[in-house]
Amino acid sequence: MACRRFGEAELLWHRDRDLDGVDAVVVPGGFSYGDYLRAGAIARFSPLMESVIEFARAGGPVLGICNGFQVLCEAGLLPGALLPNVSLRFVSRQVEVVVENPETMFTRACASGERLSIPVKHTTGRYHAPAIPDDQVALRYAPGDNPNGSQDDIAGVTNEAGNVLGLMPHPEHAVDALTGSTDGGRLFESLALVAA
Amino acid sequence: MTAAAARHRELGLTDTEYEGICDRLGREPNALELAVFSLMWSEHCAYKHSRKLLRLLPTEGPHLLMGPGENAGVVDVGDGLAVAFKVESHNHPSAVEPFQGAATGVGGILRDIFAVGARPIAVLDSLRFGELSSPRSRYLFDWAVKGIGHYGNSIGVPTVGGEVMFEPAYEQNCLVNAMCVGLARREALIRSAAAGVGNHVVLLGARTGRDGIGGASVLASAELSEEDAAKRPSVQIGDPFEESRLVECCLELLDRGLLRSLQDLGAAGLSSSSSEMASKGDVGLDIDVSLVPLREADMEPFEIMISESQERMLCVVEPERLGDVLALCERWEVRATPIGTVTETRRLRVFDGDELVGDMPVEALVDDCPLYDLEPEEPAAAVYPDPRATLAQTASIEDTLLALLGSPNVASKRWVFEQYDPIVQSRTVRRPGQADAAVLSLLPDGGRGALAVSIDGNGRRVACDPYLGAVEAVLECARNLACVGAEPLGLTNCLNFGNPEKPHIAWQLVRAVEGLRDGCLALGVPVVGGNVSLYNEGAEGPIYPTPIVGLVGKLPDPALAPRAGLAAEGHMIALCGPFQPALAGSELEKLYGRLSRGLPAVDVDAQARFLAELREAMRGGEISTAHDISEGGLACALAECCIDGGIGARISLEDVSMETLFGEGAGGVVVAGPREAVEAVPGARVIGEAGGDTLSIAGALGVPVDALRDAYEGAIPAAFI
Repeated sequence: MACRRFGEAELLWHRDRDLDGVDAVVVPGGFSYGDYLRAGAIARFSPLMESVIEFARAGGPVLGICNGFQVLCEAGLLPGALLPNVSLRFVSRQVEVVVENPETMFTRACASGERLSIPVKHTTGRYHAPAIPDDQVALRYAPGDNPNGSQDDIAGVTNEAGNVLGLMPHPEHAVDALTGSTDGGRLFESLALVAA
Repeated sequence: MTAAAARHRELGLTDTEYEGICDRLGREPNALELAVFSLMWSEHCAYKHSRKLLRLLPTEGPHLLMGPGENAGVVDVGDGLAVAFKVESHNHPSAVEPFQGAATGVGGILRDIFAVGARPIAVLDSLRFGELSSPRSRYLFDWAVKGIGHYGNSIGVPTVGGEVMFEPAYEQNCLVNAMCVGLARREALIRSAAAGVGNHVVLLGARTGRDGIGGASVLASAELSEEDAAKRPSVQIGDPFEESRLVECCLELLDRGLLRSLQDLGAAGLSSSSSEMASKGDVGLDIDVSLVPLREADMEPFEIMISESQERMLCVVEPERLGDVLALCERWEVRATPIGTVTETRRLRVFDGDELVGDMPVEALVDDCPLYDLEPEEPAAAVYPDPRATLAQTASIEDTLLALLGSPNVASKRWVFEQYDPIVQSRTVRRPGQADAAVLSLLPDGGRGALAVSIDGNGRRVACDPYLGAVEAVLECARNLACVGAEPLGLTNCLNFGNPEKPHIAWQLVRAVEGLRDGCLALGVPVVGGNVSLYNEGAEGPIYPTPIVGLVGKLPDPALAPRAGLAAEGHMIALCGPFQPALAGSELEKLYGRLSRGLPAVDVDAQARFLAELREAMRGGEISTAHDISEGGLACALAECCIDGGIGARISLEDVSMETLFGEGAGGVVVAGPREAVEAVPGARVIGEAGGDTLSIAGALGVPVDALRDAYEGAIPAAFI
C-alpha cells in the first residue's frame, strides 16, 4: 500500500518464482511462517526468495523491512544477524533514525544527517555484525533512541554493492501525516528515483 | 444407577439435568452423548444462570445489523461498510497458563469476528490481576501481556487499546478479556445458520488433538481449586500462523461467494459449533468423526467431538462449489475436509465410519438446557475486606498526587502497550497513549471518517455499588469516545463475576446488569453481544464484580480528534461536564485502605446530554486536548495532560479539598485549546493555562512535570526490575 503512493506496485506470491519483471523488490515485515524456528529462517527458503536472491546478485534493488531484513540476513544477502532485543520483549515505539549514508539507492532523496521519525515494532531487532564498513551503515538510531540494543545504534545496513538495504524501522508506517509521520516516504521516493 | 449416571456428576451435571437428558433422548445417553450434553449444558455454553437476566439488556438500535446470537454483533457505519465486534473472557485458562490462555483468548475472539465475514482490524484487552507486589500476579501479568502480543503481533492485527487494573480480589482469579473489531462490506456479512439439505459440512484449519478437551467449558464453569495444576493439559495452545492463513482463506472464500454459512470452533469444539449451526438453520447434521484430521491417531470419537483445538472453522458448502473451496484452501495451505452433511432430521448424528456412535436432538442440545432463576440477596455485611493502606491520610497533597500517579492502576501502561503492535494494517490514527480512545481511519476501506473504540470497567467501584458502578462503566467508555468526537453505535460487554448460585453474587450480577441496561438506554446504544464469565472465585472469596464494557463509535474527521496531552503553551485549560467528585470508591480511598459501600447517585440523562454536546464540540478541530477524569481524579487527569504534552500548567480552583483534587465520579473531562475555542465548549469552566515546566494548583501543589513523569512512567517497569 505504501509503495503505491510512490509508483506502481504489486504483490508477489511466496510459492511463485516469477518476479514479473519488476524494477525493485520490497521484502515486507510481518511474521513469515509464524517465525517459530527463528525470525526469517523459513521464509529464506521460499521459492520466491530464490528469484529474489538471483535478482539481488544481478544488482536489482531489494529493500527488506523488519522481518524482510531478517529474511535477507538469513539468505546471506546482507551481512550480520538480528538477535533478540536486549529487553527480550517485543517493542513498539516511534523512534528517530539518522541518515548516515545518503548515497544509497534507498536514501538518495535524503540529506546526510537527516532525521526521520519512523516506528519500530519487533522482538528480534538487535543488529550484530563482527565488522561492518561505515559506508554500509545507511541508517542509525538517533542517540538515546536505540530500542533494542543494536550494535553502534545501527538501524539499517546495505550489502557491499549497495543495492540491498535492510532496516528494522517500518518506513511503510510513516507515509501519511494522518497516521503519524511522512518521513518513511523518503526511502520510497529514493527507490522510485532509481526505477524511473 | 448405571455407570453413565454416576459419571454425570463428575461432568458437572445435576441429577435433575441428567434426568432431563434421558427424557429428551427417551433413553440413557451413551458416553459420547453424555460428554456432548455436559458441555452444551455447561454454564459456559448454555448461560444457564444468566440467560434470563441478559434479556433485560436493550438490543435494538438504528445502526444494528446483527445482534446477540450471531458469532459477533455488527453495526452499520455507512458507505456500505459494517463493523463487527465482541468481547470475550479467557479468565480461567489464563489463571492456569497465562501465556497460552491469553494468546488463545485473542485467537478465539478473532475467529468470532471473521466468522461473520469481517476482517479483524483491532484488538483491545481488559486485564485484572492481584497487586503487583505479589510474585504470582507479576508472573500472570507479564505472561498474559506476552501471550496477547505473541498472537496479535504475529497475526498482524493491531492491539489499539485496553486497560489493566490491580486489586487483591483478583489475586487467585485474574481476568483476561479480549475484544476484537472487524470491518466488512455489508454484502459480505454471513450468518452461521446451516442451510440446504445435502450440502457438505467442511472442517477448515488445524488438526484436532487432545489439547483443550473440556478446556474452556469445564474450566469456566466451576470455581478454581488447589488441584488446578492438573488442569494444565486442558489449556489450548495457539498457532497464530495457522490462524493467519485461516483468516485470509475464509475471507476469500466469502468474497467469492463459495460458502453458505460459517462458524468458528470455540468452547466444546465440534459439538457446539455443529449443533448451533443446525439449531439456527432448523436442520440436522451428520458428522463422521473418522474423517476429522487428527494430531493423535488413537483419539476416541467423544474426544474428537469435544476437543477445543484452536484455529478451526466449520462451514457449509453446496456440492457444486466443493471443488472450488478445496482448491482455494490448498492455495492458502489451509486443511479442508468434508466431514459431514446437512440433513432434515434436526438431529446431530455422530458416525465413526459406518457406525452410529451418537444421536441427539439438536433442540435438546442447544435450547433445552434448564435455565435457573437467580436468588439475589443484598448482603448485610461487607463482601470484601478493606484493602491494605499504603498512604497515610496525613500525607501532603504533593505526596498524595505522586503516590496516586505511581499507583499501578493510575500509572502509565506504556510497559504494556509497547509490547503490542498498534499500527499494523495502517488504519491507526490515534494509538495507545495518544488519546482517550483509539481512532481507526475508514478511508483505506472506501469509507468516510473513522471508528473510535474503547474498553472500560472498574470492578472496585462496582464492588462499592453494583448498579452505579456498571452505569459508570458505560458512561466512562462513552466519555472516552466523546473525547475524540465519536458517537457510540453499539456496545459489547463481558460480565465477570463470582459464583452466581450464591445470593450476594446473584445480587451483584442483577444490579450490574440493570446498571448496564440503564446506561445503554440513556445513551441510546444497543448491546450487540458479549460474554459471561461466572464462578470467578477461589478459597479467598470472589473477584470484584467486573462488567467490562466495549464501545465502537464513529467520528467524521480523524485528523481533528483531540489528544490527551497538552498541545501548546498558552492554551486555556477548562473543566467540563456534570462532575461531582467524591472519595467513595476512588483510588485515593484504596490507598487509604478503605472500601466504601455505596456511590453517589448519577443523573444518567444529564450525563447523556453532556456527552452529546461534548462530542460535537470535539469535532471542530479547535480543541487540541480532551482527557477524561477517571482513576485519581482531576489532579491526576491534569498531571497526565502535562506528562503527555511535555508542558506544565498553572491551575486555580475554587476549592482545593481532597474531594475536588482526587475525587472520582462520572462526567468530568479536561479540555484545552485556544481561549475562544475552549470558552465555546458547552459548560466549560476555565481553570487555568498551559505553560512552564511545572504543574501548579494554587494553594495546593507545585510539582515539576519531570517528577510527575518519573512517578507515572516508572511504577510498572519498577515492578519488573
